[in-house]
Amino acid sequence: MKQFFSFVTKEFLQVFRDRKTLLMLFGVPIVQIVLFGFALSNEIKDSNIVIVDNAKDLASQQIINKIASTDYFKIKKMLPNSSQIDAAFKSGDIKLAIVFPENFYTDLLHTNKAQIQVIADASDPNTATTLTSYINIIIADYQAQLNKDLNIPPEQINLDVRMLYNPDLKGAPNFVPGVIAMVLLLVCVMMTSISIVREKELGTMEVLLVSPFKPILVIFAKAVPYLVLSLINLTVIIILSVLALNLPIKGSILLLYAVSTLFILCCLSLGLLVSTAADTQQSAMTLSLVGMFLPTLMLSGYIFPIENMPWVLRMLSNIVPAKWFYIIIKSIMLKGLGFSYIWKETLILFGMTVFFLTLSLRNFKTRLE
Amino acid sequence: MRTLKFLLQKEFRQIFRNKNMLRMMFMVPIIQLIILPQAANYTIRNINIAVVDLDRSSYSEKFVNKVLSSGYFKLAEFTASYKEAYKLIENDKADIIIEIPHGFESKLNSEQSQTISLSVNAINGVKAAVGSGYLTNIIQDFNNQIRLNWVQPSNMNPMPTIDVVSSNWYNPTLSYYLFMVPGILVLLVTLVGGNMTALNIVQEKEIGTIEQINVTPIKKYQFILGKLIPFWVIGVIIFTIGLLIARVVYGIIPLGSIALLYLFLSVYLIAIVGFGLLISTYSETQQQAQSLTFFFIQIFNLMGGLFTPIDSMPGWAKVITDFIPVSYFIDVMRMIVIKGSHFNDVLMQIIVVLAMGIVLNVWAIINYRKTT
Repeated sequence: MKQFFSFVTKEFLQVFRDRKTLLMLFGVPIVQIVLFGFALSNEIKDSNIVIVDNAKDLASQQIINKIASTDYFKIKKMLPNSSQIDAAFKSGDIKLAIVFPENFYTDLLHTNKAQIQVIADASDPNTATTLTSYINIIIADYQAQLNKDLNIPPEQINLDVRMLYNPDLKGAPNFVPGVIAMVLLLVCVMMTSISIVREKELGTMEVLLVSPFKPILVIFAKAVPYLVLSLINLTVIIILSVLALNLPIKGSILLLYAVSTLFILCCLSLGLLVSTAADTQQSAMTLSLVGMFLPTLMLSGYIFPIENMPWVLRMLSNIVPAKWFYIIIKSIMLKGLGFSYIWKETLILFGMTVFFLTLSLRNFKTRLE
Repeated sequence: MRTLKFLLQKEFRQIFRNKNMLRMMFMVPIIQLIILPQAANYTIRNINIAVVDLDRSSYSEKFVNKVLSSGYFKLAEFTASYKEAYKLIENDKADIIIEIPHGFESKLNSEQSQTISLSVNAINGVKAAVGSGYLTNIIQDFNNQIRLNWVQPSNMNPMPTIDVVSSNWYNPTLSYYLFMVPGILVLLVTLVGGNMTALNIVQEKEIGTIEQINVTPIKKYQFILGKLIPFWVIGVIIFTIGLLIARVVYGIIPLGSIALLYLFLSVYLIAIVGFGLLISTYSETQQQAQSLTFFFIQIFNLMGGLFTPIDSMPGWAKVITDFIPVSYFIDVMRMIVIKGSHFNDVLMQIIVVLAMGIVLNVWAIINYRKTT
């Protein structure tokens, strides 16, 4: 046991010696939390629009004022005619154009029917859909007001919308669990595999293997610092998200740490597996970046919704551990659910851990070729 | 000039000698360009709804049918109570609960106004906003319909109705591929250009061959140029392959001028290779170079405007994106490919990126020490 601890101490010393890499270990999660928390959001506001007002009457003016008073739109320019819309879109920052026909208000009063043309720059399909629906709401609102002024009974169905878990539609609740999963994966898989392979490359692994110390303990001693680092990282992320992002943890913290530890162990065994497959640091890096990092980014569901993917990718996503961890973390942190809701996902993670660990221990060579 | 020619000869030979690296350099971007856009599909469809219909009248039925026939929603389950429906949200089986109150139809007739409650799982903000937006539009439509049914039919509209005719330009089918593929191509060119360059010089440091170059009369700028040009060429080749894939696999043909695209690419690659060179002058080992590039590239990725719109960032973040070359190229790529923008539309961006390229490369030349 004493031998084991002195090995762990050696590993810690080696980890803390390389300042630039340490900076990355802790810099990446902090930068990501700040970016996701404060900079990145899918909320659409202040979109630049242009208006072609051929009517220039009371109704068009009222609608334009109504549009300008929302947070969603900023009227960039009034264009004299619709032939200039294309050029406005091409030069960049215009997202939407609204065209009022001539005699808008007179038509509305006399024939009870008038048209507004809304043209969206659909390069970005979601922004286009959302902006068009905002305009729809504003117009419907205006119409309801108009009918009320004209004493037409307002038979209508209203919507009472409640946004559960995230009333302000912030980006952070969706991203923070994803950042946790990604950072843990990065630290455990990439750093662990690199540090083991480095010993192989430098030849010090051979020295360790001929010592009376059990080979399996050499590997475990390597894993301990990264386990500790990951837990520290997890704590930093949680503290940051609670204090800076006001994202409270609704469920049990104990459960959160227990499941995270399971995920960390899963990633550590993956890192071990990578190290048995790679001979050089460069190939260990490539394997963990291309093989682990990208699939996690794409297929864990935190940036792109899995249910929209073709079925091949949906099937593939099932073998990505981070997907299950992401579901668990979301349930505990945001929904405040207990263990009875997540036992299935936890069991899957546990199964994966056992599988990776057995596989890598079987492939681990204690002898020289 | 002769010195530069020999240096280039050496670099190209070294690159083509390492068959493994070469394969990775070309295969990884190609495979990613084929797979990534499939995953990066933000089309919001198949939103699962749980319906709590406490009224069970012909109106509530009509309403539910209208929602389901819109094509955006899928019925998860009819449940007897809100509580049961909430369970479905907790299990991720449903995204939205529609609750129709008891006496919906009769009260609508007598009180002329009724409220339907929506509870939306808003953890994913976009999905929540777009989903409830769809529902709002459907209700608006439904409202107009019931009004028309109630007032006796006539040829004229019984009351003033404003018709909103919306059209989607440049991308009428709202295809997400058209939006994402050009952006992802930019990201891949950046990854290969920046990362490979950074690792390349550091490798010479690690192996020790850089010292041999340092003792020769090769000038600093010649050495940097010798590294810049090969990776610039590789970047252009990868970009070309990417454009072909976009055409063959996704049917995306740039609307604007191809020459303009390549002009911007040439300027952009100078900046991004310069960035890689700069990182390599600051690192001692490959692990450090990798860590540094990873640190910056993740910021580029997240803030470049590929995944979330730059427009919705706060002011200070927009200032940061002004210094990120990737954000200019993604923007220009989309403008030229999707909208067919002209030279004058992107002139500003060309000038800015050119300035960045000059600054980064000069900085790298200054920071590269021939002595250790």
